[in-house]
Amino acid sequence: MSDTITNLPPKPEFNLQAIAKEMAITFVVGLGLMIPMVLLRANDVNGKLVIERHWQELFFALVLLVVGRLGLILLDKHKALPALIIGVVMAIAGYSIHFPTELLEVFTLAAGVILIIRAVLFLWREYKGITANDRENAKKRREKLLENSTGYISAIVIIIAGLLPFLSDILQLLLPDFLGGDSSFIANMSGRYVVDTAILILTYVLLAWGLNIVVGYAGLLDLGFVAFYAVGSYSFAILARDFNLGFWTALPLAGAFSMLSGLVLGFPVLKLRGDYFAIVTLGFGEIVRLLLLNLYELTGGPDGINGIPRPGIGNIVFSKRAKEEGTQTFTEFFSTNFWEITYSSNHRVIFLYYIVFILCMLVAIFTIRIRQQPLGRAWEALRENEVAAASLGINRTNIKLAAFAISATWGGFAGAFFASRQGFISPESYTFIESAIILAIVVMGGMGNLMGIALAAAILIGLPELFRDLEEYRMATFGFGLVLIMIWRPTGLISFRDPTVLLFGKKKKKADEEKLAEGAGS
Amino acid sequence: MLEFKDVQTFYGSIQALKGISLTVEKGEIVTLIGANGAGKTTLLMTMSGITPASIGTITYKGEDITKMRTDMIVRKGIAHSPEGRRIFSKMTVFENLQMGAMTNDPARFDENLDYVFELFPRLKEREWQLGGTLSGGEQQMLAMGRSLMSNPEFLLLDEPSLGLAPLVIRDIFRAIKQINEEHGVTVLLVEQNANHALKLAHRGYVLVTGNIVLSGTGQELLTNPEVQAAYLEGGH
Repeated sequence: MSDTITNLPPKPEFNLQAIAKEMAITFVVGLGLMIPMVLLRANDVNGKLVIERHWQELFFALVLLVVGRLGLILLDKHKALPALIIGVVMAIAGYSIHFPTELLEVFTLAAGVILIIRAVLFLWREYKGITANDRENAKKRREKLLENSTGYISAIVIIIAGLLPFLSDILQLLLPDFLGGDSSFIANMSGRYVVDTAILILTYVLLAWGLNIVVGYAGLLDLGFVAFYAVGSYSFAILARDFNLGFWTALPLAGAFSMLSGLVLGFPVLKLRGDYFAIVTLGFGEIVRLLLLNLYELTGGPDGINGIPRPGIGNIVFSKRAKEEGTQTFTEFFSTNFWEITYSSNHRVIFLYYIVFILCMLVAIFTIRIRQQPLGRAWEALRENEVAAASLGINRTNIKLAAFAISATWGGFAGAFFASRQGFISPESYTFIESAIILAIVVMGGMGNLMGIALAAAILIGLPELFRDLEEYRMATFGFGLVLIMIWRPTGLISFRDPTVLLFGKKKKKADEEKLAEGAGS
Repeated sequence: MLEFKDVQTFYGSIQALKGISLTVEKGEIVTLIGANGAGKTTLLMTMSGITPASIGTITYKGEDITKMRTDMIVRKGIAHSPEGRRIFSKMTVFENLQMGAMTNDPARFDENLDYVFELFPRLKEREWQLGGTLSGGEQQMLAMGRSLMSNPEFLLLDEPSLGLAPLVIRDIFRAIKQINEEHGVTVLLVEQNANHALKLAHRGYVLVTGNIVLSGTGQELLTNPEVQAAYLEGGH
């Protein structure tokens, strides 16, 4: 939103010359950018590289750019009506006229629609006499409402997430005629694809909540978090392969190995701060990946490790036939003890979903509890001001090491789960981009806020899955999402910090009352 | 109670303290005055173990604390309120005060809290406000209150008057006097505001580029022509 719109009185000057100048600049800059991007394109013709010239596309793109810019300028000058007309014309043109490329049509339509929305919003505000101040206050009220209702929202999200694999069954039972009988939407809601995606999202939630302890609470920028993820995966896989350990034994051990690696990294970097710290963790991530590639006997190098066992419960396995003596399939177990079911590969997916869901819940409970303990508060103190924290008698070494160890453990759990779910791991899954994605989730979510981080994970991991049809543009939606969130909420999706008063003294209740009173007052 | 013997501190290859010897007796307010970069802040940081001394010894109540870790020093009853206030701006006032009590017995928490609120009633009014939304004076009160939450016998104060209005400075100095007289806390006070500090202090030291060049009672230093020329001209 531009600043000039928010301040209704005094009206900006309407100066034709200035507008012409701005449009000329737009034209020149646009031309400069579009000559290499639109006009000249290399193409492969019969094995020869030829430069093609797309004059027509250049012309249309430039017209679109200049007209769109005119609309924005008019909006800035409070001429909403002409801007609205331009928007309508662009939208209709984009919808009906045949442009040289489809992309241009989509762009024109989108630009027109955005102009229409902004112009209508402006006219509506003018009609209602809403000032910038009113809008600011309304925004504050919304923030407060969000702040006070995160508890309920979290509860609803957890319940929905907990029931996700059975959501379509429940809904079909409760509302049999929903959507006029056509319930393919509901039927797909708990489909295998959705649950699989949810498993992926929850894996990232687990990772991001782990990284959040170091980045969000202790305020140390860790660029090599993927190392702990990898250590968890590989120690799980190796324990399962060489020592024949089952899922439930290997999982805590994998976490322990990750914790150890967290301590190993923690010691040398304790003295470092800021950028230097980030660089060393980046190096650590790469070292672990290169070790995995080169310790061929142990890790299988680039071939990775195959045949990692799937999780089961006791002697119950989630496959079609029980291969080993003394085990039985889930289908057999359920049919003999409860009611008759037929085998479906979905059972295993649902089981995996609940494992990762429960892991997430455990991590969340632990994290919420530890924030109220001296340790959690010491992390935050360290983040806010290291010298002050030290001067108050906080042992920086131990506190940082604890952050590293706990964060690495969560990363290790996620890694072990990932290995078990995939059944196959190789160093390719543990590249720097993974660290970057996890960090992006933490930052986007609002550092330190579990709910915000979970939301960011759902958006950043779920959206590219949703847009799978876009193929090569899929990662572009990821980038687009990042940019939009950073413009819309620069401090993260949910970035307020809940005061945690439980450390000692019985003041929690009072704090809550004050908060409520404050919320009602504003 | 406290003794520095030929203490030298380095930042890398730069020597910030060039052999400091001083003593502080129980119940005193001792002030260190000096220009920017004289080593006043370093002296306090050295004492609380944040930037440990390379050479020399610091003894507190007969015990060598030169190489002791900061958290152990705090547990000995020495509290440090660092320069520039450094409060935790995203925590509430109450949480900030809790942070000061980390090394202390939780059972004494409520008692200490009442003590701090009695000393600085403004903090009580702001109890649930975020630290970052306080005014400069209130932040200074919070920083001092926070270090008092550990129940110290010895308080290190680094430039409590920095950037504050004269009226607020008066309040802060009154509080320092109260802490010293009513609660028997020994204070080592670093100040640029030499006039105020020397009037309050029992004794003072003048620090120039890492060396102590002058010492005496507060009154002596106030009337010393060298001190007047260097630190008191226009310092009212």
